[in-house]
Amino acid sequence: MGASSNRHSRWGLRTLGLGYLTLLLLAPLVMIFYKTFEHGLAPPIEAITSSDGLHALKLTLLMVAIAVPLNTIFGVGCALLLVRHRRRGSAIIDAVINLPFAISPIVIGLSLFLLYGAHGWFGPALAEAGIEILFSVPGMVLASIFVSLPFVVRETVPVLQEIGTEQEQAASTLGANAWQTFWRITLPAIRWGVAYGVVLTTARVLGEFGAVTIVSGSISGKTQTLPLFVEKQFQNFNLPGAYGASVVLALLALTTLLAMNVLKRKEDA
Amino acid sequence: MEAHSATASAPRAGFRLPGVGAGLGRGAVVLYLSVIVLLPLAALTSQAFKGGLSTFWEQVTSPLAVSSLELTVVASLIVVMINAIFGTIIAWLLVRDEFPGKSVVNAVIDLPFALPTIVASLTLLTLYGNDSPVGIDIAFTRAAVVVALLFVTLPFVVRAVQPLLIEMDREMEEAAASLGASGFTVFRRIIFPNLLPGLAAGVALAFARALGEFGSVLLFAGGLPQTLVASVFIRQQIESGNEVGAAAVSVVLLAASMLLLALITLIQRWSGRHERSIVDRGLTGMSLDLGAPRSGESHGEGDDDGRE
Amino acid sequence: MGITVEGASKRFGDFQALNDVSIEVPNGSLTALLGPSGSGKSTLLRAIAGLETLDGGRVLIDDEDVSKKPTQKREVGFVFQHYAAFKHMTVFENVAFGLKIRKMEKAKISARVHELLQLVQLDGLAERYPSQLSGGQRQRMALARALAVEPQVLLLDEPFGALDAKVRKDLRTWLRRLHDEMHVTTIFVTHDQEEAMDVAGQLVVMNEGRVEQSGTADELYEQPATEFVMSFVGEVNRLGEHFVRPHDMAVALDRDDGAEEAMVQRIVALGFEIRVEFVLGDGTEVWAQLTRAELQKLELREGQIVYLRPGQTKSFSGDVPPSQGQGASTPHGSRDGGDAEVSAAV
Repeated sequence: MGASSNRHSRWGLRTLGLGYLTLLLLAPLVMIFYKTFEHGLAPPIEAITSSDGLHALKLTLLMVAIAVPLNTIFGVGCALLLVRHRRRGSAIIDAVINLPFAISPIVIGLSLFLLYGAHGWFGPALAEAGIEILFSVPGMVLASIFVSLPFVVRETVPVLQEIGTEQEQAASTLGANAWQTFWRITLPAIRWGVAYGVVLTTARVLGEFGAVTIVSGSISGKTQTLPLFVEKQFQNFNLPGAYGASVVLALLALTTLLAMNVLKRKEDA
Repeated sequence: MEAHSATASAPRAGFRLPGVGAGLGRGAVVLYLSVIVLLPLAALTSQAFKGGLSTFWEQVTSPLAVSSLELTVVASLIVVMINAIFGTIIAWLLVRDEFPGKSVVNAVIDLPFALPTIVASLTLLTLYGNDSPVGIDIAFTRAAVVVALLFVTLPFVVRAVQPLLIEMDREMEEAAASLGASGFTVFRRIIFPNLLPGLAAGVALAFARALGEFGSVLLFAGGLPQTLVASVFIRQQIESGNEVGAAAVSVVLLAASMLLLALITLIQRWSGRHERSIVDRGLTGMSLDLGAPRSGESHGEGDDDGRE
Repeated sequence: MGITVEGASKRFGDFQALNDVSIEVPNGSLTALLGPSGSGKSTLLRAIAGLETLDGGRVLIDDEDVSKKPTQKREVGFVFQHYAAFKHMTVFENVAFGLKIRKMEKAKISARVHELLQLVQLDGLAERYPSQLSGGQRQRMALARALAVEPQVLLLDEPFGALDAKVRKDLRTWLRRLHDEMHVTTIFVTHDQEEAMDVAGQLVVMNEGRVEQSGTADELYEQPATEFVMSFVGEVNRLGEHFVRPHDMAVALDRDDGAEEAMVQRIVALGFEIRVEFVLGDGTEVWAQLTRAELQKLELREGQIVYLRPGQTKSFSGDVPPSQGQGASTPHGSRDGGDAEVSAAV
């Protein structure tokens, strides 16, 4: 369209596009903050600092603390495999990694439920061993890992491809072994891609709802993460509680957005 | 100079785990994926067909199942079509237009990726539900399903189209204009065809997401029969103990997801890009620096293993 | 540390990159691997470094078979065409890398790095990042980095290929001087014959995975073993079975025994040389290189008929193993008369 764009059509597009965004994204976001503090700071703070609320927060952070490092190690290792050691089966690995992007979280939750449940494949064996997967933290961790699996891989692969192998070859001519090369040359070169992937993984784990609700049973004070807490408060007509927790999650989301933006700049540099 | 297959020409040195290391690594990856992803899905499929094909069919064709699947598919189709248009417009604005606050808008696009779906549900309910400050009450209606899905799928098309717009060679458009093409013609014949792969991939991904969406729909549209989407239906079946039914409909959704992923892979191949593609970016919702186009095709300095 | 390669073979898929290649690189020499794209020269270099594994044959460094040794143990310094700079490290850290791996003390590392940076004339830029350097500076850094660990052998893969013509010429000279000072056995790969002849003491000409000939620049120019070498290493006219260098083409105004009749097609002045293009009776196009003085003497014009007498020609019989260098050299009578017709099998 270049320089000779039609002024009217430009303004038309702007109104359309930005208007849509306002209605769909910005207004709801503003709304949450408004509604939360509508009656002052006290109700939301009270709700979030209730024992259930605090537990929910801690549990959510625990999910992050376990799932994110696991998926990061997996992600970097897998990316190295897919890029530097590509074989015929790599396409299948690729496809499986993409699955969590497209499968409904409810389906994910159910599949875990059916694998580890009392009537499931592993259910009886686990029961005998006294290991609780469902309605307990391990199941929730598995669900969190499943849903957030692809991010680090997907972000690391393009960066790995872009840096090429020459620096690594140079390092080996200078006497570095495989680990030294990885640690000193490869990893620093891909760090922003990995960091971005980590941020996305974290956001996904923090916000996960559907899968975790199925595997955990959403038991207050025991297996209820913060998003599940929001639903529970809502069901109990405790709106300030629901909003309060939502605000915390929204703030975490905004922090994530900020991190995403900062990191993408670093990555492009 | 012929190009060699990637495996044949990969240099032996550089960062290469010794053969054993790579084999172990591959084994570990396969194990991880099997335990985390494949086994659960296998269990799901097995449960769905536990009572045989007839039971499976019975469950999938129960009135509520059918209506929920119908609603899900129709709503998702409507939503991706709307977001295809608006997503392209927004991507256009972000790449080709200048306005105050553009970088903020660019950042905010990713909000649906970052915000927990249940929170999205709550906020939409607050804004467009029965206490609505703007007087719009669409809670617990089918419109609510559409709006919730619009919210969560917005970024997909934007992020898929954006990099293509950035990389697009302006000179093509200038050439067309010099040959007498109007703005709209230029868009239709030059720009749009080049955006098509990204658009198609973004739409496919958005569709997959919409089919399976749960959290954002839950509070806003509720689980009434007329606003029941497939995912909520499945949960209801679980809660009422009908695991086979839940599994059956889940398998339907799973099959749809896999088909869509296959479609996206095909689109990727067709558009001739290698892994560093718009689809990868679309999948992870990566925000892009609007100033400096990221060269999607380049390999970093010194990637040519000159076979000479 | 002399290098010997015996019977090296390597294929990539369907492509035979190296086909039974054997070379000898004397200790302390500066050798060029010269050839067009696809000739196998880079593959050979990388095989010496261990960056490629050979399908057949072996590599000996200082009489030791290193074929099974991994790159990091071979103590070869390698310089890449696109520098392979560690982008996230400063110039200092780049050069120090090999020393750090060897766990040298910090103070010693610092001293050595600064010494090298002085050698390559980059001192003062130690804290910069590679992205802040010019191409020529980056390549010098790469060289310093490779030399830091005191390699037995220095290998350079088209080191100046990514640089501007002027920078290339400067670095060429600089490399030769460096070699004079350091005497490390050095092999470098290039497709530029001028560069190879300017810098290297020994040249190995490669084509399609084989060695065509190896020798000094003079030997290759004067006594090419094959048609390929002759045309690669200098300009060549083909007259049937014979090959003539443009400056060996004598141009006479009067008919003489054994001279070819030709018509002047075009006269181009290229600096101090003149290139005169002719077409022969049978349509063959040839050209001669004359000095301005010669041109003036002859007063050539376009369309003029003249008589060409090649000074020295070569012909090559087919199916000759290149390493034996069989070229029949036939000097014809020179312009000043005399009829020395001597055929010699070289």
